[in-house]
Amino acid sequence: MVRSTYDEMYDVRGDCRAHYRTFARWLAATPAEQLEQRRREADLLFHRAGITFTLYGDDQGTERLIPFDTIPRSIPASEWRKIEQGCIQRVRALNMFLSDLYHDQRIVKAGIVPAEQVLANEGYQLAMQGIDLPHNLYAHIAGVDLVRDGDGTYYVLEDNLRTPSGVSYMLENRKMMMRLFPELFAGQRIAPVNHYPNLLLDTLKSSSLVDHPSVVVLTPGRYNSAYFEHAFLAREMGVELVEGADLFVRDERVYMRTTAGPQPVDVIYRRIDDAFLDPLAFNPDSMLGVPGLLAAYRKGNVVLANAIGTGVADDKSIYPYVPEMIRFYLDEEPILQNVPTWQCRKPAELSHVLANLEQLVVKETQGSGGYGMLVGPAASQAEIETFRARLKANPAAYIAQPTLSLSTCPTFVDSGIAPRHIDLRPFVLSGREVRLVPGGLTRVALREGSLVVNSSQGGGTKDTWVVEEPTVAAESREV
Amino acid sequence: MLSRTAADLYWMSRYLERAENMARMLDVSHSLSLMPQGGRGDGLEELAMPLLITGTLDAYLERHGELDAERILHFFALDADNPASLYSCLRAARANAHAVRGRITADVWENINATWLEMRHIAAQSPANFGASHFCEWVKERSHLFRGATEGTIMRGNAYRFIRLGTFIERADNTLRLLDARNQLMGDEPPGDSSARDYFQWSALLRALSAYEAHAALYRGSPRVAQVAELLLLRPEVPRSLRSCIGALSQILAEIPGNNGRPAQRMAAELEARLRFTGIEEVLEEGLQAWIHDYILLVRQLGSAVHSAYLEAV
Repeated sequence: MVRSTYDEMYDVRGDCRAHYRTFARWLAATPAEQLEQRRREADLLFHRAGITFTLYGDDQGTERLIPFDTIPRSIPASEWRKIEQGCIQRVRALNMFLSDLYHDQRIVKAGIVPAEQVLANEGYQLAMQGIDLPHNLYAHIAGVDLVRDGDGTYYVLEDNLRTPSGVSYMLENRKMMMRLFPELFAGQRIAPVNHYPNLLLDTLKSSSLVDHPSVVVLTPGRYNSAYFEHAFLAREMGVELVEGADLFVRDERVYMRTTAGPQPVDVIYRRIDDAFLDPLAFNPDSMLGVPGLLAAYRKGNVVLANAIGTGVADDKSIYPYVPEMIRFYLDEEPILQNVPTWQCRKPAELSHVLANLEQLVVKETQGSGGYGMLVGPAASQAEIETFRARLKANPAAYIAQPTLSLSTCPTFVDSGIAPRHIDLRPFVLSGREVRLVPGGLTRVALREGSLVVNSSQGGGTKDTWVVEEPTVAAESREV
Repeated sequence: MLSRTAADLYWMSRYLERAENMARMLDVSHSLSLMPQGGRGDGLEELAMPLLITGTLDAYLERHGELDAERILHFFALDADNPASLYSCLRAARANAHAVRGRITADVWENINATWLEMRHIAAQSPANFGASHFCEWVKERSHLFRGATEGTIMRGNAYRFIRLGTFIERADNTLRLLDARNQLMGDEPPGDSSARDYFQWSALLRALSAYEAHAALYRGSPRVAQVAELLLLRPEVPRSLRSCIGALSQILAEIPGNNGRPAQRMAAELEARLRFTGIEEVLEEGLQAWIHDYILLVRQLGSAVHSAYLEAV
């Protein structure tokens, strides 16, 4: 892989890329103080609206703002179409993989995915074996994390099939940009994303076989880091935001407790991990779940979105097999590429990894949120040695990938405007059809040179635009 | 509406109403304790009244040993360990409001949140510095603001109804208890003997319940037990009277959709009818204290009926 960096706005000669020209002209023409003032306004508005996230392990001011950068990440529409097709293809294959795993396991029998990789996987739920789900759908909502290497190629970094979060920031960021800089939206065609909650509700409703299903959002409660998003989505969809204690199961049917008595629930958009869903079936100490929920679910009396047991498919040890899944189930070539991955459980690949730790990124197969990973080029010798010991002790728990350079996008920093590394998470909805709104969440690593974009590690966000490129005629008219 | 949401709204307004009533109670005790007392000069009987009314005398004595004006004030204003203190009530109201942030308007939320933030600020200073009367006035004002924001901005739906239910249940209970305590304090004296004392006692109670002007307008004369009791129990014109509270409760309950509230609705309507068709002479004949104690129990039963119908419904 080329070890140079791809910049979203400027090409290698330093010229502005076509889809950014309107923005660049506007940026050059807008006085710095005005930009600064609008940025302060954005902070104030986010604070007032309580658009915050909770940081674990921080007793002081547990509610924080995610830094919002006002320079958008822009994607030309032609490029977006490829991303869109690639994500749809990938999520379709992953749903088929999950259905296969919990039924015939054809892919295992065909020798493509090793049995022990599946059956010994923490995310594999034996309770799901042989259960038929409506439309064979498991991951109704998926977040596909994409990054770009030095030559601009998009790579899938990981698939999030459990409870992917961040979509509320995609929506709030757009609202904020339209409020602060309406002129930008008048001057060019930026694809809208605001209808996401409608699509989500439509997806959730279509996931049930009931005629007019009653949908709820299930949250662990207001101390959860993503509580704002849970409340936001429930409000936007116009459905109840419930906690475990608001639900109960009687005769294998789920009800919510309301002032007008028990009301049946047909679809639960749950933002609680598998292990906490039902204290009778999983973690008996869970105060968040609903006793008896699994029994109702297995009877087919309620839909959980996402299904129980999707974690087996977004595990980093299963990730290397996704291109093969696409070929196996869809008989298509993958549109989006995987990052080359070494599986440390294989002795040959482990020794390669151990010999090249300085150049690699090593991740836990079960990790998320940027915790527990090693970024070789950025680590000290001592950190590398500590990690080496952990890796040797339990190689199967790790995978390694080359350090991608990650594309950059101009970003406001203390010293002015400077390039910072970004990624992209589009949200893929699977219902009657598989679709996504044009855009996603762009996360940005605000520290210079940093490749870690997670909000828990000091990352920020940007609005994500899918822009129709100006035609040649329009371009010459503007000039 | 989810039962949990309804419960949070209901308790949010109950705690705010409780804070307001506590402030009213403290204010009157504080000012009466400054009056010359029959026989004793320390006004302790007066100061101890909030302890008796709220049933916290034992808790207080255990913690503070003896009755002391300053300590009683602190106990009711700022003591975070006293569940009846203004501090605890405002904290609880804010926690309930936070849980239903999406169900109330920004105006109502910001009122409650700002009240709590300012309460913490006041608590960080010495309470005496702030002035007891000033502090009680402040709490009343914040409660008025809350009601104004509720009236002016909350959609007329279940949220509005459960907020108001909490207000009137709490207020009915408080009016009964305040009248009861004052009546018991006066009870030992043969009527007519000490008209100056009567006057101060009853008018202090009326002022605490913002009913002094109403009394003057309706009865034109020095307050006497019969008039005061009639005004605070049976007259529909006074917004803090038992009759007003029960009337409002009955009306609100009748508006809540669904069938599972029938026992609560029936009970409220019965209580209202009893008040409507009772004369004060019947109450006095039965004995004011016994009558009030009966009603305190009935209001509590109505509260339980609301709970089992809506707030913990299964």
